[in-house]
Amino acid sequence: MTTIELWYQTLGTATVASPGLLLALLGFSALIARPLSEGSVSRLTQAAVLFSLLPTVAILVTMLIRGDRYIPIELGQWVSIPQQEFHFHVKFVFDRLSIPFVILACVLCGVVGAFTRRYLHREEGYARFFLMYSAFFFGIIVSSLAGTIETLFLGWEMVGLSSALLVAYFHDRENPVVNGQRVWSIYRLSDAAFLVAAITMHHMTGEGDFGGLMSNQIWPEGTSAISAHQALVVGTLLVIAAAGKSALFPFSGWLPRAMEGPTPSSAIFYGALSVHLGAYLLLRVSPLIETSLVLQSLVVSLGLISALSGALMSRVQSDVKVSLSYASLTQVGIIVVEIGLGLRYLALIHIVGHACLRTMQLLRAPTLLRDYYELENQIGGRLQQKSPGYLSYLPENIQNWLYRFGYDRGFMDTALDRLFVNPFVKIARSMDNLERRVTDWLSHEPSRESDSADLHPEAVASEKAA
Amino acid sequence: MNELHFPWMEAAILVPLAGAVWTHFIREPSKALRHSVTFCLITFLLACGELIDFLSLEVFEAHDHWIFTNWLFPQNVFVVDELSAFLLPLGALAYLVTVMSTRHTKTPRFSLKGTLLSEAILLATFSCRASWVLVALLSISVVAPYLELKSRGRCTRIYVIHMGLFVTLLVGGYGWLQLTETATNAVLFPGALLTGAALLRSGIFPFHLWITDLFEKATFGSAILYSTPLVGVYAVMRLVLPIAPSWALQSIAALSLLTAVYAASLAIVQHEARRMFCYLLLSQSSLVLVGLELVTPIGLTGGLCVWISVGLSMTGFGITLRCIEARISRISLRDFHGLYQQMPSLAGFFLLTGLASIGFPLTVGFVGMELLIEGAVDVYPVVGMLVVVTAALNGIAILLAYFRIFTGRPVQTTIALNARPSERIAVWLLSALILGGGLFPQPGVASRYHAAEELTKLRQSSPITQSEDLEAGAHHEHP
Repeated sequence: MTTIELWYQTLGTATVASPGLLLALLGFSALIARPLSEGSVSRLTQAAVLFSLLPTVAILVTMLIRGDRYIPIELGQWVSIPQQEFHFHVKFVFDRLSIPFVILACVLCGVVGAFTRRYLHREEGYARFFLMYSAFFFGIIVSSLAGTIETLFLGWEMVGLSSALLVAYFHDRENPVVNGQRVWSIYRLSDAAFLVAAITMHHMTGEGDFGGLMSNQIWPEGTSAISAHQALVVGTLLVIAAAGKSALFPFSGWLPRAMEGPTPSSAIFYGALSVHLGAYLLLRVSPLIETSLVLQSLVVSLGLISALSGALMSRVQSDVKVSLSYASLTQVGIIVVEIGLGLRYLALIHIVGHACLRTMQLLRAPTLLRDYYELENQIGGRLQQKSPGYLSYLPENIQNWLYRFGYDRGFMDTALDRLFVNPFVKIARSMDNLERRVTDWLSHEPSRESDSADLHPEAVASEKAA
Repeated sequence: MNELHFPWMEAAILVPLAGAVWTHFIREPSKALRHSVTFCLITFLLACGELIDFLSLEVFEAHDHWIFTNWLFPQNVFVVDELSAFLLPLGALAYLVTVMSTRHTKTPRFSLKGTLLSEAILLATFSCRASWVLVALLSISVVAPYLELKSRGRCTRIYVIHMGLFVTLLVGGYGWLQLTETATNAVLFPGALLTGAALLRSGIFPFHLWITDLFEKATFGSAILYSTPLVGVYAVMRLVLPIAPSWALQSIAALSLLTAVYAASLAIVQHEARRMFCYLLLSQSSLVLVGLELVTPIGLTGGLCVWISVGLSMTGFGITLRCIEARISRISLRDFHGLYQQMPSLAGFFLLTGLASIGFPLTVGFVGMELLIEGAVDVYPVVGMLVVVTAALNGIAILLAYFRIFTGRPVQTTIALNARPSERIAVWLLSALILGGGLFPQPGVASRYHAAEELTKLRQSSPITQSEDLEAGAHHEHP
């Protein structure tokens, strides 16, 4: 290994190891029930972000000086069965796509970490928040730098879990928890599509390396190494995975629900990074999308529908965070359209700009209303409302329908519930009831003791103890 | 055949037996519990010793270094091979952590003597290959839960019907097999009986009702110990795999896959935590069977890896639920209980073990699950995707249960509900294995692959599979 390769290897490893170490430290302290102090958690977080950001910047500078465009960091085979050609290859890639995204992730995570230090000061769930934050930070860095689809999946899952748990951060209220469950369910099902895509890709190319899939060319160049038909199969599965993660149509229903979490997590996950991760995935495999016209049309249509519905929905929301989340969806939809049209650099710049703006807006949201009240007090009247614009030219019944469409969040949750969730639950419950009848019949008596379980045994236990 | 340097297996079987006799004479419950933990710990260490000794020999199989009971059995009855070498410490660990996490207030209901006895039977079962001794041990093992149900005054009808059928099929099938020429297709009939027995013991749909019933009526600890070591899967490996043709095994794999999806779906709609755990276990154990019955090296390796991960994680998941039950009694999933504040360690462990059981990244099951999916998709390109759907549904069920138990308006109690030191040690031990196996999976996977290769070779040496290979060759020559 030459000196420059060693330099890249050391810096690249540090970029990934730093968030991994943070997660290990916070996770270990939680597991042994010895929580760290707020100050320690905060300092560790800042150090982890810094030791991830600085090596990335150093790699970028070195690449610019030397004119390198692609730096693979090979950490070897995590798992390998050579006889069966099964490899879990851990490879990270620094290129024109991953470096901006990693720097963006580090900067925004750093800002939000510093903001949260004060925002959640002396909150009961401070340590829990930062544990999830570290899982997210690790996941997003791994996903951004992943050179193989398996490595990307690893980071992708960490991001999903931390997001769902942070939506349910306010444990004592029912709504955030129900919403967290909803987010997790959508993530799990779309992640299933991702996993199937990864395995299909393995079968087609014999490896999970993105480089192999793109004929070993460097992003943004690259041509797909598989046929148009194969690209359509893998691409469609990846589009489903991306739609779930980026809340694209028809999965947009989870985005407003995610706003139940604390503001810093809303800002960083659903306004800035997590919501763009699906778009990032599509950008990573963009040469694949361009192989198939059908797939390309699918991506453009999905982006357009998501952008239009996001624009409509954001206009009728009464909650500032929800409104901002739908505004995010609009922009993500446009980014997806850009990816579908092959405008890769534009899409990347759009992601970076939009993520920064939305983080700022979401972090500002809690104080915005108070400022509005103060302004109105100063003026002595209401602030001027924006006119509805071009929509006012539409017939009234269409205006009403659009309002209902926006207010009911595009009927997406309702449709998913009616088409999939309710029939599934109904069938499962009827099978459960059938089992009950069979066991009752076999036992010649009511067979389920669990039916008489107390609804709140913890309250009974508490009373008994008292 | 090679020989271990110490009678590890013999000692690991005799120590819990001696422990059962010892605890029988102890009147004080807390003292009996402490002594039982000691016996379980010694057994676990002996099982670990067996594993280390076996790995140092670098052979596929080795028999025990008999000292005490060599007059009782022929030398090759208790043999450790690459399949069972890991199962012995895994089984002993399940008993150790379950007994460690038992509260002394539960000892009147949870029989320590019976537990130690069933541990000895389990370890003897895992030390046995296809023989009448294995059939006898599998048959005897059904007695302990029956006695517990009887002593608790619960209806035993469902258990007796299923386990009676299991023993009949097992004994009948094995007896018939002894009288059959193994090179002919006649072996399919006793093979079908043995398959039926193994599927019954594994709780494959529609023969799963006895497991849900057992979880309803037995103590949680006994139900966990009877079901998480996956003895039914072991019966498949020892009795069915060597004689069944590939088409038959792959058909059973399809049935197991159906069970996995079915149980995962039912886990989501359960209103009580024990039942949810039971369906989750059924789903995960069916996935293990799917991998093993695919009879491809990747599928088999995946199945063996998931076996270890399910054994570890579902035991951990079960004892966490049991710890919570021990404090507040049966846990309804109809509403939120808000227990996070009272028991944050248990909440964390619940999540860790639950996620490990579905093969979440960086836990012990991740790579095994990947291999399993790859193997399933290889054999059934479309149907194999159901493994992914199963994992997704199980993931939803786990977080649903987590939210119901640990979130919601917290209840202030005057007694501490958090984990006791012995429970914490049990939890940490399992956490270390779950995370250690997840971060450094290569040694485990390599060893499981080697075991899969050897098992495939053994299968290929069987007359029935040889004739199958010949037919396949002829088919290729004259398409």
